Amino acid sequence: MTMRRVYLDNNATTPVAPEVYEAMSPYLREDFGNASSIHWFGQRAKGAIEDAREQVSKLLNARANEVAFTSGGTESDNTALFGIVEAARGESKHVVTTAIEHHAVLHAAQALERRGVKVSYVRVGPSGIVDPGDVERAIRPETVLISVMYANNELGTIQPLEEIGRIARKRDIYFHTDAVQAAGKIPIDVEKIAVDLLSMSAHKLNGPKGVGALYVRRGTALKPLLYGGSHERDRRPGTENVPGIVGLGKACEIARTHLADSAARIGALRDRLEEGILQTIPGTTVVGDRASRTPNTANIAFERVDGEAFVIALDLRGIACSTGAACSSGAIDPSHVLTAVGRSPAEARSSIRFSLGKFTSAEDIEYALEVIPAVVQQLRAIAARVSAEAPDSRFSAASKHA
Amino acid sequence: MTIAVAMSGGVDSSTAAALLAQNNSFAAGSENVVGLTMQLWNQRRLPSLLSAESEGPEGRGRCCSLDDVYDARRVANFLGLPYYLVNFERRFEDRVVRPFVESYLRGETPIPCSACNTEIKFAQFVETARQIGADRIATGHYARIRRDEAAGRYRLYAGVDSGRDQSYFLFGLTQDQLARALFPLGELTKQEVRAIARDRKLPVAEKPDSQEICFVASGNYKQFIDAYLEEQGPASRPVAQDARDNELSKGEIVSSNGQVLGEHNGLHHFTVGQRKGLGFATGEPLYVIALEPARNRVIVGKDPELFHRRMLVREVNWICAANEGETLDARVKIRNRHVAAPALIEALTGNEAAVEFREPQRAITPGQAAVFYRDEEVLGGGCISAVLDGPAI
Repeated sequence: MTMRRVYLDNNATTPVAPEVYEAMSPYLREDFGNASSIHWFGQRAKGAIEDAREQVSKLLNARANEVAFTSGGTESDNTALFGIVEAARGESKHVVTTAIEHHAVLHAAQALERRGVKVSYVRVGPSGIVDPGDVERAIRPETVLISVMYANNELGTIQPLEEIGRIARKRDIYFHTDAVQAAGKIPIDVEKIAVDLLSMSAHKLNGPKGVGALYVRRGTALKPLLYGGSHERDRRPGTENVPGIVGLGKACEIARTHLADSAARIGALRDRLEEGILQTIPGTTVVGDRASRTPNTANIAFERVDGEAFVIALDLRGIACSTGAACSSGAIDPSHVLTAVGRSPAEARSSIRFSLGKFTSAEDIEYALEVIPAVVQQLRAIAARVSAEAPDSRFSAASKHA
Repeated sequence: MTIAVAMSGGVDSSTAAALLAQNNSFAAGSENVVGLTMQLWNQRRLPSLLSAESEGPEGRGRCCSLDDVYDARRVANFLGLPYYLVNFERRFEDRVVRPFVESYLRGETPIPCSACNTEIKFAQFVETARQIGADRIATGHYARIRRDEAAGRYRLYAGVDSGRDQSYFLFGLTQDQLARALFPLGELTKQEVRAIARDRKLPVAEKPDSQEICFVASGNYKQFIDAYLEEQGPASRPVAQDARDNELSKGEIVSSNGQVLGEHNGLHHFTVGQRKGLGFATGEPLYVIALEPARNRVIVGKDPELFHRRMLVREVNWICAANEGETLDARVKIRNRHVAAPALIEALTGNEAAVEFREPQRAITPGQAAVFYRDEEVLGGGCISAVLDGPAI
């Protein structure tokens, strides 16, 4: 008997949509050319890449020539941070970012610090939303870049980019956003939010893994991260991942045409899941602001539940979800996002992220609502019994008294 | 029934997992076996030890390294088992590493593996297993468990491979823990285990055995303790604070008749029975015969002075039901490589036991486990707290 599998971890990755797969497959075999080649094969590949660039730019309300393809969100973020800082003039340089960024930004910023760049990490309150005033106050005369994520990967909270964009423009500072968790979930308009750089990744919106894009506003001074050929207008060398780029383009096109319906449908399912959990399971709360969120994400704290065991127990019952970011699972440190929004380490370890997607059905949610309360009850019963039983104390207990 | 199998990435636990996944005397099918790896210690924590580690023998005693987790995951995948990494680092440090260090600083030679078994593998691991829906756990230990219906108890026996037997480290298991545990390798020899691993083409079939204490990668305990105390800094616990201060931890090395022979730089650098590293040369071989924490002294003497007949054992766990005041005629093993020796064991109040060997035993070492055997059965055991008599010359 095969178990029912419900995938509620779409912020980690998503399945490739059938139309995306169809669009990609010719570029693996028949149209395999190198886009830099002069001949017919190369021209076919080049044409496909430029079509995809068009598709991506439309999702962002950008010009096609402002979109550079990369290997994914991490590379886009790193290119933005290192590329802007390196291209900037001046003896001392300063970057403003937030405490809830993805590690692709946070660890890049820390690497910049080791190279002598000053970085300010703006704090956020329990809402999980940064205050634009705090961003403005962090700015110094030598600030060369402001990097604030669009939607948080763990909480789904949407940051006030329009206000921050106005501030950046007014102070004449480059503004980057990691929009990996926003693209395809909420409308994006690079003019409205006045960003100069924007990172996105294909596999978060039903595209393939290993490909992403970096929007770079015309006129932005940016050094490349890698050196090689003069691909992507000198912003990113390397033979293009043609099938991946085609997939990203198609995924963006689908996302753009279905954005409103899709958001409404997924949002209703997320609300059903969230309300179902909050109403049937005592000791549960939503982490972060509930109003300004991507429609697919619910981060819920379950009191007296060990998140690590919870995720495993749910997986063994066919439900896939996660504690914090996929990249930090297995780590002992509680999620930096949850601690940044004021959760204690214990609370952070009992928080679970459910993230829905294009293929989540109403039946999936009903199944999850059948399983989750039972698993929580089981976990709490065992935790209570174990703490009630006097712990077996031998060597270690004796050592403590000694 | 769901079984959680503890997978370290080594050949033993991998073979145990393979037997459970494919041998229907244990489980109905692979759907019911779950592989878990316990992340216990982060080797990168004490960077000063890393160079010593890389010089060590390849593949030995490197606990929780990325390579071992990689191997465990690969085996689980190969066997088609769901597999998870669970993080017990905090508890491992509290219940195993810190007590290990403190015991050394008190002049003992501790044995962290039994504490790890009772506090981690058969406590925290069992709890996590139960939380994820597994009622039984399995490990790659060489030991056997039998249910004694008449007595209504579980009994623990040595593994059939006497060279590999690990029952010495398992004396602390409670009845509930024994009821939940499966040791699929208990009836097998190491050679058979290797053969099974090869036969099933397990990816780790040729991996060398791990040795030494898992979290002390280099095998150099003294170096580990120094590095750990350094890391903990001046804010660490009082006992550690004393030992950090080199001047304070320095003490005298004296002969058994009280003559001062030299100076030492901390009791944790010494073990009963040790001959090398005393820091001075004498005409005849001298050994550490005792450590005296109260006066911070290392006592040295001649080989015969290492032999004693009586000792006190604390924190005794009885697997067989022993009554207070009862005296058992059994064999007692005082370290892993020791051949269990005949002795009378008296069960005292407060989970203590007094042991009197028929023949004097060499280097009875406080901190090591004393495990009581009748033939192959483990009756119980505890921690050696003191040698009771003078040298049995």
